[in-house]
Amino acid sequence: MEALMESLMGNVDWAEIGWASWDTLVMVGMSLLFSVLIGLPIGVLLFLTGKRQLLEQPVAYAILSFIVNVLRSVPFIILLIVMIPFTVMLIGTSLGVAGAIPPLVAGGAPFFARLVETSLREVDRGIIEATQAMGANVRQIIFGALLPEALPGIIAGITVTAITLVSYAAMSGVIGGGGLGDLAIRFGYQRFQTDVMVITVALLVIFVQVLQMAGDRLVLYFSRK
Amino acid sequence: MIVFDQVEKSYQVAGRAIPALHPTSMTIETGEVFGIVGHSGAGKSTLVRLINKLEPSTGGRILIDDEDITRYSAAELRAFRRKVGMIFQHFNLLSSKTVADNIAFPMKLAGIYSKAEIRSRVDELLARVSLSDHANKYPSQLSGGQKQRVGIARALACRPTILLCDEATSALDPQTTQSVLKLLADINKELGLTIVLITHEMDVVRRVCDRVAVMDAGRVVEMGPVSEVFLHPQHPTTRDFVFESENVDRDELQEDLQKAEGRILRLTFKGESTYKPLLGSVARESGVDFSILSGRIDHIKDTPYGQLTLSLVGGDLEVAMKALEAAEVHVEVVR
Repeated sequence: MEALMESLMGNVDWAEIGWASWDTLVMVGMSLLFSVLIGLPIGVLLFLTGKRQLLEQPVAYAILSFIVNVLRSVPFIILLIVMIPFTVMLIGTSLGVAGAIPPLVAGGAPFFARLVETSLREVDRGIIEATQAMGANVRQIIFGALLPEALPGIIAGITVTAITLVSYAAMSGVIGGGGLGDLAIRFGYQRFQTDVMVITVALLVIFVQVLQMAGDRLVLYFSRK
Repeated sequence: MIVFDQVEKSYQVAGRAIPALHPTSMTIETGEVFGIVGHSGAGKSTLVRLINKLEPSTGGRILIDDEDITRYSAAELRAFRRKVGMIFQHFNLLSSKTVADNIAFPMKLAGIYSKAEIRSRVDELLARVSLSDHANKYPSQLSGGQKQRVGIARALACRPTILLCDEATSALDPQTTQSVLKLLADINKELGLTIVLITHEMDVVRRVCDRVAVMDAGRVVEMGPVSEVFLHPQHPTTRDFVFESENVDRDELQEDLQKAEGRILRLTFKGESTYKPLLGSVARESGVDFSILSGRIDHIKDTPYGQLTLSLVGGDLEVAMKALEAAEVHVEVVR
């Protein structure tokens, strides 16, 4: 048995895999946190300034929408490279776990903002009208009615964003980002260690599965419809 | 008192003003149940939304208790809206909040009530709409009628003086409609609250309203006490609504009338006279024979009424007419 393992996975350094997994977790976790913190208010603004909404502002909407679209249409691998000078300016390095986070946020936040906008649009207009009729101001409508009503959709959006960030984080290995992607590229690809490649991909699959399941559970928990 | 003084509303569509409400003046008295009936697109939804400025008017003045609400600032408007409850066709409850939290919501938004005040008011309202056992359920777990009762409790939370009902029973089955209308009538009596109710069903108006305005194409075409408008409709639109609510096929009715012989009369009884044995005695005195072509006997709010279409043959028609007119019966000669 041991001989079989040795011949099948001779190149696998489990400690290295462990560290790389941890790095991926940190990269996804941190970039998800910042993507939500930045994307949520942008999504709310996109919704509010949109056509026939509470704070209809065609110019503000057009500008915001354009920025979001630009960030979303740049392929992530290009965004990684374009962001390098900015990342160096922001945190001193473009390498490793820390260096991967700013481009991940630049890719994740606009993505998440659109998902927030969509889930807010799905809130019944009647609920907004009823809340207005109660004498609520815009802030009360957002925090008292819109966000709680859209919560299941927003959680689903966080799940999708997290999964997208897993694949983005793996991609950041190309520019020396660290984590499982980095391992897959350096060992699995460049040194032809197929066993390392298989293990890292398997771990990424498991990671995504767990995220999706957890997300679905949360959505179900918060859905009252 | 709600006074509309030459109020109008138009929408800008592609640079052109499309009128939704032509200049309208009317007065809704404090404490009355005022119905607005009209087909969809007649402008009744717009009209009711002008009262709490969910839709801003584009002309005229709206005076509520002598204050012109069209001039209100944003803050004044929010304070004013707390005194105007509103219920909706599709209830518009927050699906993420429990029944109790939905009812507490307007009080929390007002920000002037203590937690204890809110809790006791919610308990009181839950009991009032008979939903005490459902306080911790979510709206999705309730039936349509229960949801609307939550809507009513929520609308009453901040002790409003006006209640706006936007097709409040249109999504409910007939039995549930009846119980919700009864609740509204009771609330109107107990709290002396002014209710403005819009509907496309004349039957709803007949059951609960004191006065009614009939709308067609952005205009109020007929207005008056329900018994007047309902029993003696003048405008074609009003007649449509009354016939609709009576399930009368007008072509069939015309055919029946053509077949009948003699003089055709429509008698309208109201109040106590509904119960008097009038027809028999008139027939005996005048010697006329009558046959009933159509008839209905029901209530307008709490007043009983009857309306019969008769054909009279033989005997002394003059004597019969006099006897009928002498009794408290409205006589209309159809032919």
